[in-house]
Amino acid sequence: MTIPNLVGAGLIVIGAGIGLGNIGGSAMEGIARQPEATNKIQTAMIIIAALLEGLAFGALFLGK
Amino acid sequence: MNLGKSAKSKLLGLISLFVFCSAFASGVAPKSDGDSEGHGAVTSESEINEYILHHIKDAHDFHLFSYNDSEGHRKHIGFPLPVIVYSSKGLRTFMSSEFHHDDSGHHVVESDGISLVKYHERIYELNEGAHGIEFDEAHHPTNAHAVLDLSITKSVFGFLLVSILMLIAFGRLAKQYKKQAVPTGFGRVLEPLILYVRDEIARPNIGEKHYRRFTGFLMTVFFFIWTSNLLGLTPLGFNITGQLAVTFTLALFTYLITQFSGTKDYWKHIFWMPGVPVPMKIILAPIELLGTLTKPFSLMIRLFANISAGHIVVMSLISIAIIMKSTLGTAGATLLSLALSFFLTLIELLVAFLQAYIFTMLSALFIGMAVEEHEHH
Repeated sequence: MTIPNLVGAGLIVIGAGIGLGNIGGSAMEGIARQPEATNKIQTAMIIIAALLEGLAFGALFLGK
Repeated sequence: MNLGKSAKSKLLGLISLFVFCSAFASGVAPKSDGDSEGHGAVTSESEINEYILHHIKDAHDFHLFSYNDSEGHRKHIGFPLPVIVYSSKGLRTFMSSEFHHDDSGHHVVESDGISLVKYHERIYELNEGAHGIEFDEAHHPTNAHAVLDLSITKSVFGFLLVSILMLIAFGRLAKQYKKQAVPTGFGRVLEPLILYVRDEIARPNIGEKHYRRFTGFLMTVFFFIWTSNLLGLTPLGFNITGQLAVTFTLALFTYLITQFSGTKDYWKHIFWMPGVPVPMKIILAPIELLGTLTKPFSLMIRLFANISAGHIVVMSLISIAIIMKSTLGTAGATLLSLALSFFLTLIELLVAFLQAYIFTMLSALFIGMAVEEHEHH
């Protein structure tokens, strides 16, 4: 692995981390406001997180 | 009360099984002895890298562990798998033990007039008169050519094993339903999972009208991925869903099913998006068409990358025992790597389920988008 690759991987992880943090944070907030909607919020959260993860892994994979 | 007790003891048994598994997994890690250097023992970081990458790749035999005997010879413990290759002179089959664990292309296997060598888990047929594989600078073999490899490799073996396990488990469950409404034995574990896939994944995402058609596919995908992921956590070293070819095939099925069950509305929304101006329609059509391809592509990459990454991290944590040996001592390093890899294995158990769930969920979502009937205003 060369230095540009490593820096790129780091940037991808930072971006994905910010995204996942936002998703998780908003979901927590939503659950706190409406505990009865927990299941729906969790499902939606996992789907969005999976889409984001796919993007991040795709970028890592292409940059390898 | 009695039931609760037996459930508790079963849980305890399960936990001790996992402890045993992770303890055994660290037994798979290469060991190094002071006097065995130069015999293939893994001691340095670059060798650990190679070892981990070797595990991630598919292999022609099961390799559980290696050790040096009292005379300093390297002994490998594992079992061979059949090699089936289609060479220039027809089909050849033999057991992979004939390669004698050689992966460097030096050990030549003679089989009915052709010479075969294995190099980096690829099988090459040597040209007439060649005695070992040679490579040019671009890493193409100069005196050999690749053969069509149809071997039962480690992943193929795992694939078949999962298929057989699933056929037995679900076949028995199906048979039970013919006689009684409530299944017995292992079927009791499977029934809620099946209902979960049907009621929580297929029904809400595809819709009441069409979900029955696709539940079979979704259930197969879910249980196949889950079982394969769990099999990957056993010390046998399977990495089925961490092979790009396997995830590609699974994603291809989702893609084909989505496209072939697409309604008129679905295609209209791709090629001639209603409600936007004509120049925009022309720009949107190729983007939407590309979008149908990127969805299964991301399914493929996600599963592959998640499982491979999980395996790499577990193996790396196990390898801490070797890297930290000089600073922490043998006992300390082993304890550290055992504790870390145990907790990561627990997380991997969650990931194994989550990835199966996400793959099935997103497949259902894509299929649901394709079969959805829009209300016309």
